[in-house]
Amino acid sequence: MFTVRSVVLDEVAVSRVLRRMAYEIAERAGPNVYLVGIQTGGAHLAARMAKILAHDADPHGKPRLGAVDITLYRDDLYLGQPKQELGRTDLPESVDGQTVVLVDDVLYTGRTVRAAMDVLLDYGRARAIHLAVMVDRGNRELPIQPDFVGVRVPTGPNESVRVMLQERGETDQVVLREKVG
Amino acid sequence: MAPAFSHRHLLGLEGLSADDLTTVLDLSDRFLEVAERPIKKVPTLRGKTVINLFLEASTRTRTSFELAAKRLSADAVNISGAASSTVKGETLIDTAKNLDAMAPDVIVIRHAQAGSAAMLAPHTRAAIVNAGDGAHEHPTQGLLDASTIRAHKRRIEGLSVCICGDIANSRVARSNIFALRTLGAHVRVAGPRTLLPLGIEKMGVDVFDSLDQGIEGADVVMMLRIQMERQAGGRFPNAREYSRYFGLNARRLSRAKPDAIVMHPGPMNRGVEIDPTVADSGRAVILEQVARGVAVRMAVLYLLAGGKDADGHGQ
Repeated sequence: MFTVRSVVLDEVAVSRVLRRMAYEIAERAGPNVYLVGIQTGGAHLAARMAKILAHDADPHGKPRLGAVDITLYRDDLYLGQPKQELGRTDLPESVDGQTVVLVDDVLYTGRTVRAAMDVLLDYGRARAIHLAVMVDRGNRELPIQPDFVGVRVPTGPNESVRVMLQERGETDQVVLREKVG
Repeated sequence: MAPAFSHRHLLGLEGLSADDLTTVLDLSDRFLEVAERPIKKVPTLRGKTVINLFLEASTRTRTSFELAAKRLSADAVNISGAASSTVKGETLIDTAKNLDAMAPDVIVIRHAQAGSAAMLAPHTRAAIVNAGDGAHEHPTQGLLDASTIRAHKRRIEGLSVCICGDIANSRVARSNIFALRTLGAHVRVAGPRTLLPLGIEKMGVDVFDSLDQGIEGADVVMMLRIQMERQAGGRFPNAREYSRYFGLNARRLSRAKPDAIVMHPGPMNRGVEIDPTVADSGRAVILEQVARGVAVRMAVLYLLAGGKDADGHGQ
């Protein structure tokens, strides 16, 4: 059970942060970037940023959009970890030679991003892979650092960060929660 | 949400719930995508061992299981009838105990005797997958057939499926009847009286001794191979007469729905149970059944060897 401790980003802030990240991506990763969201939260955020890129941030660029599911690349199945429902990996265009920006909602241990990079490498040889996250909550277990960060929220082991999104039928916001009981 | 499948073995489709079946079918649809990747392999079952114990001849099913295991990065070992100690007089249970001592995670077994997979299950810590036991069941074939039907018809509930041919000797027919009935299809069986087992009506199917009647208005026509090796040959005068009355040709197929699909579990006896013009037509989905077979077997291996369910069941 978790209880909400504080609202890190409200609806307006979520929109502002996404826009800022999209502009940074356009500026630093180039106009023809390939946005690849990690299912499911990252995929929603990547889709929103692709829209921003297409309309405002870079009128000359053609952002491409894909999604990866990391379930089959988890590094803990042999430990008897719970089976997850499989999501969909959907990369409509080849990643060969592309500048890919992996997008996720929360960066924590880094294991999800490690798995997502493995998925991408199985699909081809990207020119470069960058990482964009809405929230970096620290506590890394692997040497992975984001290139684009919405907000940094240092957290303890009893806390969790939840990114709520319209696409899931919620009001956009990022909340810091604490484990109780 | 974790997939709803809490069985330790896959011995048959009898008794599986609609939720169980749908879980495997949904997962299979996801696994199809792996075959389309440049690198057709995922690391999911890295470090797991799958033994394919095929004590009865099979190329397609064994290859399909082997590919499924390898695409999930499991180590697959094949043991065929001629190479096994059973030819030296070892009992099947002793074979199972010896294999178990090598700590495999999954044993896939094909055997000529009905019930052999169930007999092995208590003698090993591995998950057992029945890859065909005599005339009893061939669960992964039933699942891949259901997967193919669902892909073409977008549903299974309410469909009319006609299974035609050697019903008596067919484990494929039995597994299909269990799966399709559970998922809400109307199943008919059609064949010569001598190849329709007594009491088949109790499985909830409509029985026809004429293919012309059985096929009428069907959404799916599933032809079965005449199994000469299982004494089917003596139950009708000759292949030519069988073909005349129970072979699927274009004229007979026109009695089914205009968009009916034609299935066959293979290997086909062309010109006996199925006319080459039908087998090679756009209505036939036979090669798609084969492609889906690998995905279905990946789903089964993933469910039986890949970690625990949400409620803690698992290896």
